[in-house]
Amino acid sequence: METSMNETQQQAKETVFRAPDRGDLQATATVDREVRRTVGEARVADPRIRCNDINVYYGTAQAIKNVNLDVGRNEVLAMIGPSGCGKSTFLRCLNRMNDTIDGCRVTGDILLDERNINAKEIDVVPLRAQVGMVFQKPNPFPKSIWENVAFGPRIHGLARSRAQLDEVVESSLRRAGLWDEVKDRLDKPGTGLSGGQQQRLCIARTIAVQPEVILMDEPCSALDPISTAKIEELIDELRQQFSICIVTHSMQQAARVSQRTAYFHLGDLIEVGNTEQIFTNPNHKLTEDYITGRFG
Amino acid sequence: MNQLILIFVLLLLSLAAYQMGRRRAYGLVDGQLRKLHSLPVYYGLYAAMWCLLPALLVLIAWTAFDGAIISHLVVGQLPESLHGADAGSINLLLNDIRNVRMGLVPPESADPVVVAAAQHWDHLQRIGYAALAVVVLILAVLGAIFTLTRIHPQQRARNAVERLVLVMMMAAASVAVLTTVGIVLSVLFESILFFRLVPVTEFLFGTSWSPQMAMRADQVGSSGAFGAVPIFVGTALISAIAMVVAVPIGLLSAIYLSEYAAPAFRSVAKPLLEVLAGIPTVVYGVFAVLVVAPAIRSWGMSLGLDVASESALAAGLVMGVMIIPFVSSLSDDVINAVPQSLRDGAYALGATPSETTRKVVLPAALPGIVGSIMLAISRAIGETMIVVMAAGLSANLSFNPLESVTTVTVQIVTLLTGDQEFDSPKTLAAFALGLLLFLVTLGLNVIALRVVNKYREQYE
Amino acid sequence: MSNQTLPLPRPVDVINTGLGRRRAAERRFRLYGVAAITLALIFLVLLFISIIGKGYTAFWQTQIQMEATLAPELLDIADPADRNQVMAANYGAVMKAALRQAFPEVSGRAEQRQLFALVSSGAEDVLRQRLLDDPSLLGQTVSLWVPAGSDIDMVRKGHIDRSLPESERRVSDQELAWMDELAQQGRIEQRFNWNFLTGGDSRSPEQAGIWGAVVGSFLTLAVTMLLSFPLGAAAAVYLEEFAPKNRLTDIIEVNINNLAAVPSIVFGLLGLAVFINIFGLPRSAPLVGGLVLTLMTLPTIIIAGRAALKSVPPSIREAALGVGASPLQTVTNHVLPLAMPGILTGMIIGMARALGETAPLLMIGMVAFIVDVPKGIFDPATALPVQIYLWADSPELGFAERTSAAIMVLLVFLLSMNALAVILRRRFERRW
Repeated sequence: METSMNETQQQAKETVFRAPDRGDLQATATVDREVRRTVGEARVADPRIRCNDINVYYGTAQAIKNVNLDVGRNEVLAMIGPSGCGKSTFLRCLNRMNDTIDGCRVTGDILLDERNINAKEIDVVPLRAQVGMVFQKPNPFPKSIWENVAFGPRIHGLARSRAQLDEVVESSLRRAGLWDEVKDRLDKPGTGLSGGQQQRLCIARTIAVQPEVILMDEPCSALDPISTAKIEELIDELRQQFSICIVTHSMQQAARVSQRTAYFHLGDLIEVGNTEQIFTNPNHKLTEDYITGRFG
Repeated sequence: MNQLILIFVLLLLSLAAYQMGRRRAYGLVDGQLRKLHSLPVYYGLYAAMWCLLPALLVLIAWTAFDGAIISHLVVGQLPESLHGADAGSINLLLNDIRNVRMGLVPPESADPVVVAAAQHWDHLQRIGYAALAVVVLILAVLGAIFTLTRIHPQQRARNAVERLVLVMMMAAASVAVLTTVGIVLSVLFESILFFRLVPVTEFLFGTSWSPQMAMRADQVGSSGAFGAVPIFVGTALISAIAMVVAVPIGLLSAIYLSEYAAPAFRSVAKPLLEVLAGIPTVVYGVFAVLVVAPAIRSWGMSLGLDVASESALAAGLVMGVMIIPFVSSLSDDVINAVPQSLRDGAYALGATPSETTRKVVLPAALPGIVGSIMLAISRAIGETMIVVMAAGLSANLSFNPLESVTTVTVQIVTLLTGDQEFDSPKTLAAFALGLLLFLVTLGLNVIALRVVNKYREQYE
Repeated sequence: MSNQTLPLPRPVDVINTGLGRRRAAERRFRLYGVAAITLALIFLVLLFISIIGKGYTAFWQTQIQMEATLAPELLDIADPADRNQVMAANYGAVMKAALRQAFPEVSGRAEQRQLFALVSSGAEDVLRQRLLDDPSLLGQTVSLWVPAGSDIDMVRKGHIDRSLPESERRVSDQELAWMDELAQQGRIEQRFNWNFLTGGDSRSPEQAGIWGAVVGSFLTLAVTMLLSFPLGAAAAVYLEEFAPKNRLTDIIEVNINNLAAVPSIVFGLLGLAVFINIFGLPRSAPLVGGLVLTLMTLPTIIIAGRAALKSVPPSIREAALGVGASPLQTVTNHVLPLAMPGILTGMIIGMARALGETAPLLMIGMVAFIVDVPKGIFDPATALPVQIYLWADSPELGFAERTSAAIMVLLVFLLSMNALAVILRRRFERRW
């Protein structure tokens, strides 16, 4: 089993961010299918998001199996696990980004403030304004910095005047810690910034629409250590106002920024708990193996 | 015909040379191939190539130039009264001679001088063929003997063959360059002759075009008018109508197919659009003449408008339809090159698909789309058959799409088809228009390709 | 920092108020896309319907049954054994006599001329062939089906409206009466028009066929293929596998890309100036047409060939080089066979384009009116699309029908070539 897992990871490593393709999933499917119960407390009191029995299928292959998990208010929830374990797929369920992938099917209830956002009749447009997302690779639009940040408020009609927009842009950039660096060149293209700045621009762009939850999919994997430190600092500040779910490859990062940590393995949620407890005293063998570096 | 037989004989000879070369190499080492530098096949190929290639080159050169040489000789032999006459009358004479030779004019009704010249021509041609056959065969045999006698085990036959093959491939690759050079030279040469008769400024800025006058009188350019502005305007008008049809339809189709359509629909609609691209332009021309032009005319009449039967609108409309698939497939490529991450970024902010497309994808793809539209314009300007069939001949300086206008390509075709003297300003004008057409489309292509390539690199 | 909230209502509520408008915009945008595709497809359908609707009748030919007496004195044949006499005999007189016999009441020059126009002059060829096949028929009366004149043909096919007043149609009431009489006797029939598929061009529409143009196109394409395949493949191999990366190669590359977009008529100008005026090759010959089309399709073939070669993974080359093959052996033995389906596909697509090309052929004189089917690449010939152009320019109604029918034939050729390319691609496509 050890070897087959390693193979899976090797394959997956090449397509870290993309939805796992068929080959991966078939390999996943052939791994022995013991039913894995989640260890630890997946529920919190007064959750922002509550997920009940989430299953995700790509065509016939199952990528997420029966996951139950809560996201608390003003907390950073880290999701860790080997590549191809489904943590990104799970993250993308929370703002229905999986809708954009052909052949992807999500079952189960996802309650955002007690409303099931996985229901068919839910309009994804306001939902995604409520649950923002930051991607692995910085993806600023090929427009000016100002327009990048103003994009969301503009399409949603959140500002009535140019002055208000200016205000939103400034406050968002300030909160993303980017204002001082870019205030003199707001009309320059966002693609001209450095990688770390671009990622913070994307964060500013996300918070400009005033979401309630921010999803971050390995936001620092393409960045250098200094930029990473800045973003981690930023995440900690943003927690005051938002709930944040972060998928990360780096266990150190999870330990630094999160309050709770969830460990995914081959589509199962293996263990979830306080970050400190997960990293110092994991209860599940797989979690321990992963954290101690036996694989991953 | 004779050449074909000769080629066949040459092929047989080189096949023989190949066999002999191979056998000889094999025999030299008594079948111990290790002692040979190359496989026996290469010795055979080497001999065959030397047998075939020089002879073939001579054959092609002769076929290309025999007409010119013989006509020169025949003209030289003609009586003094005709000798030294200007180029035009010599051409006429050559035409007569050819007609007699082809049997189009019975010898008894032709000028005896011409008949004699025709016989002389045939005589020269027979001699030429005989000489050619002898030279070619001798060359082939010599080539074969030369290589066959030199075969020895240490000879690097493979390297020699490969070098020769490489040279041949290089020659093949340079055909494209030669074509361009040929186009430029041939068009430029005639254009210079034309601009000696008609000043460039008159051609580019004159507003009156009536080349037919010049043909009747034998004097040069002065009698006809060669101001090409009405033609440029006509070309621009028809191309503009075509783009008004093709760009929105093509672009929106591409957007719908790449951003909205279900895979099943796409797999049906895309090939159907490509069928539109595969239909020959002459078919579009027929469609314009038989269906669209009458429809527009009767529609105009019902509105009380006076529509010319060869209106710019009909030609432009059909040309637009022809260009739709061109625009849509190019834009499709360009739109697909926009990284998915940008779409994801917009969707994650809560943008609707149309907002994503209009405000993120299209602006990102804009340079590429501009490039494809430029390629489409160059296509429209150079399109010939639709306008030849559906647009007019008379050069009206008009921006009214219901009137009849003419285009550069229409003028080239009308000036060059039918009886022509090669040196009249009328035919030369066609080459000047050709030069202009070539330069404009080339310019558009170069810029467009550069824009598109730059754009592609940006997302690679 | 967290106390820096904006004096606005909850964002979700703001967003929800604008949703209706945005959904409407979304629907509109989608509609534009659907409308664009629908419009393009409507054009396509319209094109096919109008062509097929106008053209399918040309595959049928109205024929009239005649009783003709092959009288030697009318035919002017003294010696039936002399083939030349039989060939040159006056079959027109026989045909006229037969018509007069069928409608004995007709008199007067003008009326007789109308009567003679009932049958096509092609009827004489039918008679001639009959007599050549069986010389013993001389002096006997034979019953045979001959093609009707174009006007009668058009009436029978419904292209001429009988209900119009006589002054507004090409066919007189008298002719219609004769036609109806023949029809009543069962002596008029629609038969499959073999002549359209096997005959050469003609001034009279009912006798015009496309075979001459098909052969012309075939010869032209044969020249094109023989030249452009080796040239294109060799150039593609050289540029993709051997060419050093330097300025010269760059120039060649840019050149090829631009050449692919040069208007086809410019290639016609090149052919006229170089092949005809400088080299003195014959006008209207498939050889020149083939040369011009070769130069025109070469860039397409080279580009397709290079793409096919590029898709062969480098590991194949490394493997072959690794066992000691020379670079050329590597290419000819390993890379080229793998790339061949792709090269051939590009080739077929280039050929399909060449087959539909008209403009450059106009420049080199392949527009001449040519009755004979060309026998070689030096004979004057025309090509299928040029034939379509010529017929489309003719005012006679019978040619309008034939124009569309010739287009149908051309499209059948093109579709089968493209289908072949698709099959080739499907069958041999490899994913590495």
